[in-house]
Amino acid sequence: MSTIADLHKGEIGYISEESLDVIPLKLLEMGCIPGAEVILIQLAPLKDPLYICVNGSHLAIRKETADLIKILKSE
Amino acid sequence: MSKNDIKVALIGNPNTGKTSLFNQLTGLNQKVGNYPGVTVDKKEGTSKLSATQNAIITDLPGTYSINPTSLDESIVLKTLLKKDIKESPDVILVVADVENLKRNLLLFSQIKDLEIPTVLAINMVDQMHRKGISIDLSLLKKELNTEVILISARKSEGIDEIKEAIIRCHIAAKASPLCGIDHKIDPDYFHKLKEISPNYSLYELWLMVTQSNFPETITKEEKEKLLSFKQDTSKLKKYQHKETIYRYQEINKILKKTYIVDKTKATDLRGRLDKIFTHRIFGYVLFSLILLVIFQSIFDLASVPMDLIDGTFAQIADFAKSNLPKGVLTDLLTEGIIPGIGGVIIFIPQIAILFLFIAILEETGYMSRVVFLMDKIMRRFGMNGKSVIPLISGTACAIPAIMATRTISSWKERLITILVTPFTTCSARLPVYAILIALIIPDIKIFGFLNLQGLVLLLLYALGFASAIIAAYILHKTLKVESKSFFVVEMPNYKLPSIKNVFFEVVEKTKAFVFGAGKIILALSIVLWFLASNGGSSYKNAQKTVVENAAYQHLNEDEIQQKIASLKLENSYIGMLGKTIEPVIRPLGYDWKIGIALITSFAAREVFVGTLATIYSVEADDENTSTIKEKMASEINPDTGEKRFNFPVGMSLMIFYAFAMQCMATFAIVKRETKGWKWPLIQLFGLAFLAYISSFLTYQILS
Repeated sequence: MSTIADLHKGEIGYISEESLDVIPLKLLEMGCIPGAEVILIQLAPLKDPLYICVNGSHLAIRKETADLIKILKSE
Repeated sequence: MSKNDIKVALIGNPNTGKTSLFNQLTGLNQKVGNYPGVTVDKKEGTSKLSATQNAIITDLPGTYSINPTSLDESIVLKTLLKKDIKESPDVILVVADVENLKRNLLLFSQIKDLEIPTVLAINMVDQMHRKGISIDLSLLKKELNTEVILISARKSEGIDEIKEAIIRCHIAAKASPLCGIDHKIDPDYFHKLKEISPNYSLYELWLMVTQSNFPETITKEEKEKLLSFKQDTSKLKKYQHKETIYRYQEINKILKKTYIVDKTKATDLRGRLDKIFTHRIFGYVLFSLILLVIFQSIFDLASVPMDLIDGTFAQIADFAKSNLPKGVLTDLLTEGIIPGIGGVIIFIPQIAILFLFIAILEETGYMSRVVFLMDKIMRRFGMNGKSVIPLISGTACAIPAIMATRTISSWKERLITILVTPFTTCSARLPVYAILIALIIPDIKIFGFLNLQGLVLLLLYALGFASAIIAAYILHKTLKVESKSFFVVEMPNYKLPSIKNVFFEVVEKTKAFVFGAGKIILALSIVLWFLASNGGSSYKNAQKTVVENAAYQHLNEDEIQQKIASLKLENSYIGMLGKTIEPVIRPLGYDWKIGIALITSFAAREVFVGTLATIYSVEADDENTSTIKEKMASEINPDTGEKRFNFPVGMSLMIFYAFAMQCMATFAIVKRETKGWKWPLIQLFGLAFLAYISSFLTYQILS
C-alpha cells in the first residue's frame, strides 16, 4: 500500500482508515484524519520535507512522518 | 483594573490574525508580563467595550489545539483550567480564519466543551469573495450555539460587533458543550470520569487526565481518582484519537449546511507564489538575495542613528560632568551609568532594523517557506528548519535569537540551536572588528574594486556562520539527549504585512533586548567602573607619584593628567586583575592592558573599544575612533620594540572575539531558557576554550 511519501507532485490520495493509530495527535488535530483528501504540492530537494494540503490545511511534514501515513490513490 | 472588568481570553490558531485583532481591540493599552513560573510572555491589554464596560484582554499563544506540544501552548491549557475567580477568563474569544474554518473549529469545539461562555470571531472575511466562500451566518450561530461575528481585523471591520457580543455573552453567561464526547466514544468510561467531581465539566476532567495538568483547586482525593484513569495509556491515546475524529465529523456536518466554497471563483495566487518561493532552485536563490538585502540595509540604515546616539551620550556625560558637583556620585553617573546606558541604546537601531525585516517576512507567510526549504539541510547539523530564524536574528543580538528557539518542539534540535547561536556575528562584535581591521588591514582595493577591509569583515561573518554549523554538527553527533521529535509546519497563505503588527513586533523584540541584555550590561558597567576607579595604596598615591616625577620630566599639565589616569588604571583593582591574567594571555600575544579590556568586555563585547580608550588615556572630550585608533597604532610592545597591535595580535584578538562568549547577558538567557546552570556553563567554557586555542594558534603561526 502506498503512503503520502509515494505521491507525485499534484497527485491526490485519501488517507486510509488503518493509519489512524500511527498519525501523531497533533497532525490529526491539524486535519490529517482518515478519509481526508491529501494533495502533494511541493517537494524540497531530496524529497524531504513534503509540502501537502490535507483536508484544506497546508502543511509541511518530514518524510519520516509521510512514510507512516498510508493512503489510497484515486484512480 | 476594576472588579467589573470582563476578563477575556483571546485564543486562536497561528496565522488567523489573532494579533491583529488584539491590537485592534487594545490599541496602545497593552503590556507584556510573565506567567508565574514560566518564561512565556503574557500579553495583556484593556479594551473599552462600551461607555461603562471595560475588558482585560489576554492574548494567549497561538495553538491548533488545547492539547499542548510546546511550552507556549501549555499556557493556553493552564489558563483555561483555572478556577480562580481573579484569573480564570469570563469570556473566551476564539479567532478563526475564514479560509481554514474547518481546522479552526476543532480548537473552538474543544473550548466550547469546557463550558465557558465563548464568542467566535471569523476573521479575514474581506477575502471571502476572492476565495469563493459563502457562509450562512444565522444557521452557523444556531448550529454552533454561540455568538459568531464576521470580522476583518486588518480593515477594522466588525470590531464594535465583537465588543457588543462579548458583553451579551458575559451577561447571558450560558455555556453548553458542542461535541459531548462522552456518549460517542465509551459511555461507561466517561460516565465514571464525570462522577469524580461535580465542579468541573467532563471535558475539563478529561484534559486533566490526558495532559496531567491539575488546577490548584482540585482536591487530593479527586486527583487520585483522576490518576487512576491514566494507567491504561494506550486506551487514553486511542480515545484522544477517536475524540479528534469525532470532532471533525461533527464540524463537517455543521459546515456542510453553512459553509460553501465555489472553487471556480477562487484565484490561486498562493499556488503561483509557492511555485517560485518553494522552488528547489529559485527558492534558494531568492532566499539568498533576501538575506543579502537584509544585511546590506542593516549596515546602511543603522550607521546614522548609531553615530547620533554615540554623540548624544558623550554630550550628556560631558554636560553632567561640568554641571554637577565633583564627587564619587558624579563619577558613577558620568563614567559608569551614562556610558552604560549608552552602550545598550547604541544597539537598538541594528536590532530594530533586523527585527523589522524578520517581522515582515513572518507576517507575509514567507518565513514558513524558508523553514520548508531549510529543514533538510539544517537537520544534517542536528537542527531544524525553524533554526534558521534564530541564526539570522543572532547577527543582531543573541538574546532575542535564543528566545526565538522556543518554536522548535524537539528539545535536542532546540538545544543545539541555542548552543551555536552565539557563534553568529552579533552587532556588539562590530565595533571590535571595526577598530582592529582599521589597525591591521591596509585600506586598499584588490582586483581594483574589492575593499580589502570590507572583505575581511565579510570573512569574519562567514567564519561565524561556518563555525556555528560545524559546532552544531559535532554536537549533533556527540550529544546524547533524549528527545522525541515531530515536525509539522503550517504553510499559511501569503498576505501583505500589517504595519501595526510589524510595529508592535519590533517594539516587543527590541524591548526584550533592552530589558534582557540591558539590565546586565548596565549592572556590569557599574561594577567595572567601581573596579577601575578603586585600588590599593599605589592607586591612591598615583597623583602624588606623577606630580613628584613631573618636575624632572618637564611635562605640561595635560601630560601630567594623562599619566595620572594611566597610573591609576594600572593600579586599580581591574588593573591588578589584568596583570594577574597576563601570563595566561601572553601566548595569545596580549599584555595586561588588553587583558583589562578582555575582562571588562564580558559585560558586552563593544566595551573593549571604550576600555582601550581609557587605558591609552584618550581624553574624555575627544573620544572618537580615530584618536583611539591613533593611540592604539602608536602603542609599542616593550619586549620587541614593535607595534603592540601588529598583524598577529590583531588577528588573534579578532579570532578570540569571534569565538569567546564574551557576553554576560547571553549566559543569563541561556540559563533561563535551558532551566539550569549546566548548558550555559558548558557553553561558556567550551567557547572560551575554543577561543583560546584558536587565538593561540593564530598568533603563534602568524608571528
